[in-house]
Amino acid sequence: MKKNAPVIALCAALLIGLLMPLMTGASPPGFYVEVLLGGLMAGVLYSLVALGFALIFKASGVFNFAQGAMVLFAALAVARLAERMPLWAAIVLAIGIMIVLAWFIERLVLRPLVNQDPIALFMATLGVTFFLDGFGQTVWGSDIYSIELGIAKEPVMVLQSIFQGGILVNKEDFMAALVAAALVGSLALFFQKTPTGRALRAVADDHQAAQSIGIPLNRMWVIVWAVAGIVALVAGVIWGSKLGVQFSLSLVALKALPVVILGGFTSVPGAIIGGLIIGVGEKMAEVFLGPPLVKAFDLAGGGIENWFAYVLALLFLLVRPQGLFGEKHIDRV
Amino acid sequence: MFYRENGQFKSSYASDQQMLPILQDRVLMLGLLAFAFLVVPFVISDYVFLSLLIPFLILTVAALGLNLLVGYCGQISLGHAAFMAVGAYAAYNLALRVPQLSFLVVLVLAGLIAAAVGVLFGIPSLRIKGLYLGVATLAAQFFIDWVFARVKWFTNYAHSGSVQTAPLEVFGWTVNSPVEKYLFLLCVLIVFTIVANNLVRGHIGRAWMATRDMDVAAEVIGIRPVYAKLTAFAISSFYVGVAGALWGFVHLGSWEPLAFNLTLSLNLLFMVIIGGLGSLLGSYFGAAFIVVLPIVLNQAPAWLGAPISTAMASHLEFMIFGALIVFFLIVEPHGLARLWAIGKEKMRLWPFPH
Repeated sequence: MKKNAPVIALCAALLIGLLMPLMTGASPPGFYVEVLLGGLMAGVLYSLVALGFALIFKASGVFNFAQGAMVLFAALAVARLAERMPLWAAIVLAIGIMIVLAWFIERLVLRPLVNQDPIALFMATLGVTFFLDGFGQTVWGSDIYSIELGIAKEPVMVLQSIFQGGILVNKEDFMAALVAAALVGSLALFFQKTPTGRALRAVADDHQAAQSIGIPLNRMWVIVWAVAGIVALVAGVIWGSKLGVQFSLSLVALKALPVVILGGFTSVPGAIIGGLIIGVGEKMAEVFLGPPLVKAFDLAGGGIENWFAYVLALLFLLVRPQGLFGEKHIDRV
Repeated sequence: MFYRENGQFKSSYASDQQMLPILQDRVLMLGLLAFAFLVVPFVISDYVFLSLLIPFLILTVAALGLNLLVGYCGQISLGHAAFMAVGAYAAYNLALRVPQLSFLVVLVLAGLIAAAVGVLFGIPSLRIKGLYLGVATLAAQFFIDWVFARVKWFTNYAHSGSVQTAPLEVFGWTVNSPVEKYLFLLCVLIVFTIVANNLVRGHIGRAWMATRDMDVAAEVIGIRPVYAKLTAFAISSFYVGVAGALWGFVHLGSWEPLAFNLTLSLNLLFMVIIGGLGSLLGSYFGAAFIVVLPIVLNQAPAWLGAPISTAMASHLEFMIFGALIVFFLIVEPHGLARLWAIGKEKMRLWPFPH
């Protein structure tokens, strides 16, 4: 109990920080709920990217820095292909491309680097990041593209009876959250119920044991990278339709790093909950903490969003290095 | 390279411990220095100085610093450009607010401030390592970027947020022509290289390397991990801070808030990987590689008669960078410095390989 004290203290501080604007009456409840929902929506998207990280880390022990680049690459592919064909065809084709990409990465990067340090593998994914960024923009172009999902973007008023003035909710955001939830559900089914999913879990548990009972490691890696690619595609499409498909998408996707840190590298629920915490936390910080900070220190604008997630993850690392749901790590000499 | 060290016996501790124990190496090094100081300034055009040699010399200092941390102490950092920014802005503010300070003093103070910030962001390394630490240093990158872009005091309330430096003066010597800048940077680099070389073969360097190879075992044999890791962060940030100040004052002259962004951090990391982790010579190779590659990529299509657009060239640069990183990790994880060592060993035995 004593060991958990700093963790509890940090969580309590977070919670108090979250409820502060409401309790002090700094914001009307309706607006507060709006910000909260906005944060949750952003959090869902962070969760999606973080899910890709966690999947790959679990199955192959690789810390995949390229996840953001994969999001950008997939979104670019869909956006450009959709100019020539219907959206569904573009998405199917892009899924095919992501699978081929996964195969190439396994063949050309992971297989030659088997049994190297995790750091070497991480740096290899840095290389993959640069390559994909350049390759994607060479093939697909480097302007800003849009993806039309055919969902109305106008916000709608809901819950006018409960809150004064109602709450503005974006229909597209709502759909995005639904899609993300469906994806997470089907992934959970895939991992729990199918033979491939079971094999993947076995690999995640113990590489050598899995190999010794005849699970082909290389094929499992292709599969898990392909799954991560598809998750990246979904995240890229949703994000792309919100923000436009452009280079900054891969920077936004970098935020998934603090998310996995917060949730624990190996934990799928951790990725999801971590994403929600980060999403809500940074929106709250931007809206409620930003203006007072700007006023107090005479800053040239807010933008706390840019670093809040990282600093939050850093604080968490200090009190609980394995993350919220991660396995505790014990070193032996 | 066609020499043997036969017959050179070390008969005193001093001769055993000197930096270049072989006579031919010493002669070669003297020749190299003489070439750099006496020949290069007279034969090379200003363009080459400004676009190649000056960035190369500064980035080498930064790469040396990062190599001390990543290559020797095994602590990964994705935020070293932020410490460069700290050095640059510290130097800017010191020069602005205390104008009577000599530039060398400003440089050292900027390095010390960067070192303090580096230690602050290095504290998490006591509890976490490897990739977790990488993300923790990302926090440094984004937070420090934000601070310099938003807090007006650091940029002296400039409207655009960009800052401009005064001309350099070192002991009454105004450094402003490319040749003078080159000579000044060369002196700085030599000093930093000698210090780094002696650090890594002294007890600090050994403590770093033991921590890198296996931190728990190092602790068991009596190396204090707190001391080893934080000194690595401090010294590395000092180097990088000085490099940042030089980058701002000598190379750029004026810079925007985001001149020291994540891309620069990653580039520094690439220099260290491609050059060779845990090798000072590798930092030289890596910096040279990263400086030369974009220029070659920009010029090569024109030489080949197939000009491509600048956007295309920058995308190709990204791709080639990425592919090279993966290539080096697969083929030669120890980088260019290792290739150099292998070549040297082969030449030493040539033409009788056994």
